[in-house]
Amino acid sequence: MFLLRLLLKNALRHKLRTTLTMVGLVVAVCAFGLLRTIVDAWYAGVEASASTRLVTRNAISLTFPLPLNYAERIRAVDGVGSVSWANWFGGIYVSERNFFAQFAVDPPSYLALYPEYVLPDEQKQAFLRDRQGAVVGRKLADKFGWKVGDAIPLRGTLYPGTWTFTLRGIYDGADAKTDEQQMLFHWKFLSETMRQRAGAAGANADFVGVYVVGIREPDDAALVSQRIDALFRNSLAETLTETEKAFQLSFVAMSEAILVAIQAVSYIVVLIIMAVMANTMMMTARERLAEYATLKALGFGPGFVVRLLAGESLLIALVGGLAGIALTFPLAAGFAQAAGTLFPIFQVSPLTQALQLGAALLVGAVAAAWPAWRMSRIEIVAGLRHVA
Amino acid sequence: MSTPPVAADEPPLIRIRDLSKAYVRGTQVIPVLQGVDLDVRRAEFVALMGPSGSGKSTLLNLIAGIDKPSGGTLEIGGVDIVGLGEGDLADWRAANVGFIFQFYNLLPVLTAAENVELPLLLTGLSRRQRREHVDAALAMVRLDDRADHYPNELSGGQQQRVAIARALVTDPQLIVADEPTGDLDRVTGAEVLSLLDELHRQLGKTIVMVTHDPKAAARAERLVHLEKGVLVADDANGAAEAATAHAR
Repeated sequence: MFLLRLLLKNALRHKLRTTLTMVGLVVAVCAFGLLRTIVDAWYAGVEASASTRLVTRNAISLTFPLPLNYAERIRAVDGVGSVSWANWFGGIYVSERNFFAQFAVDPPSYLALYPEYVLPDEQKQAFLRDRQGAVVGRKLADKFGWKVGDAIPLRGTLYPGTWTFTLRGIYDGADAKTDEQQMLFHWKFLSETMRQRAGAAGANADFVGVYVVGIREPDDAALVSQRIDALFRNSLAETLTETEKAFQLSFVAMSEAILVAIQAVSYIVVLIIMAVMANTMMMTARERLAEYATLKALGFGPGFVVRLLAGESLLIALVGGLAGIALTFPLAAGFAQAAGTLFPIFQVSPLTQALQLGAALLVGAVAAAWPAWRMSRIEIVAGLRHVA
Repeated sequence: MSTPPVAADEPPLIRIRDLSKAYVRGTQVIPVLQGVDLDVRRAEFVALMGPSGSGKSTLLNLIAGIDKPSGGTLEIGGVDIVGLGEGDLADWRAANVGFIFQFYNLLPVLTAAENVELPLLLTGLSRRQRREHVDAALAMVRLDDRADHYPNELSGGQQQRVAIARALVTDPQLIVADEPTGDLDRVTGAEVLSLLDELHRQLGKTIVMVTHDPKAAARAERLVHLEKGVLVADDANGAAEAATAHAR
């Protein structure tokens, strides 16, 4: 209790110095947390992947479609439970700045494969019944102020023309990792409309972007993937089947260099504040050399001196760290707002918060290590002679 | 806190034989103390005097157990403190030595009472017991009304009295004082010396004091004079004359 009292009094001895050190810590911890959250957001799709879902795409490139008639053959593969499909639509809502993902899907099978999209039953039925209907995630609806029944016009890019949908449902994610910033509509509406508009040129009307395959056993993922790809080997549209996680990771891999750089910066920020705080603690220790010598003369051991200095450093680090963690939330919210739908999931995870606290305490411990060790070893006589 | 009278055949509290101390600077060996023999009886008030560099502070530091000799023996209360390890020596100091420094060496973030309490934290006393000891020590130095004041709210003399209270609070057998009046004006210094005198007479404390001040030395019963690391005079009876001669 006395030690804690002494720590607090020492920490508040130079209020300006302590405050500035804490501010530095707050900034560093906040930056560390925000950068980590950005990296986490990049991996959000990966984290939301299910172990019982595979993605089958054209082996040449994702931009090449697959025939619709592959669905039945994939469904017949041993180990496959269900099959659905999706086309990336890429439409524009009012302005290019309003980017969000739109997929043309087979609603019954797709919604069955994605139970994490929680739709009220009546909305689901309304969506299933209306070929021109669409459902969107809660965050997307809130962003544009959409309500069930609203008309949503999209300007096609990959599929030219104006496309108008009727919002039939708004889904909520089953957990925080679920993407609530996307739109789903009927693949049949896309296909029929393409056929009407393009006529003979609508050859792509019976093609899908990817197949989403539900498997019965997660452990069979590799085997089932091989079976599916073997089906279409040497055909005009060979397939590449992989787990949903691997599929999502392939997108992340495109930005890997950026992610590595962001992570590196997050650690560098922590190192910088560590050096600053180490300097602060060295100055503090030098100023109090005579006091530590006095304590040792009175009979306090080297361990007491170490606890005194390290305790003060950890106390400052703890307060700064907690404040930094608290500040990360509003900053992350602001960043997410500014980023719009670029990061559908943008949350400061519990792991990030734990790492932030760990980083702060590590800074406090490392900053005090050298000065505490030095002070514990000072010769009493030399220390008593020291003039701060 | 008073101690029983000293028996005639009681062995000395401090027994020093052939004590030496040297510092090594590169290849150079600098002797600071050489072949010092000294006995100090319990309840004696001894002043160590000498010109600057005579080794008096070094001798005091060795007696206090905050420095290690290069050679010789040093027994205090029957304990060979030269043979103690760092941890044991720290424990021995906490139990047996009270320190009074020239510049008080109070912790500025602690109140007078908290500074006095510091040595008691190394004992097994309860908080209530510690408080009682602190109150008694502050009363002894007539600063009980300043218990909650911080050092920067006290005069130099008051700070030194707090330091004296801190030195007494664990009832150590030995008080070491290094220039206790060195940073005080004449009047305040005299007050502090009177207090030390009073503690010596009333409580029978053994005090070893380093001083340049002949008036301070005159308070002691015995004057030990060092020059160039060697004990040159040990005047048990003529302390006042020796101090005056030194002052000339």
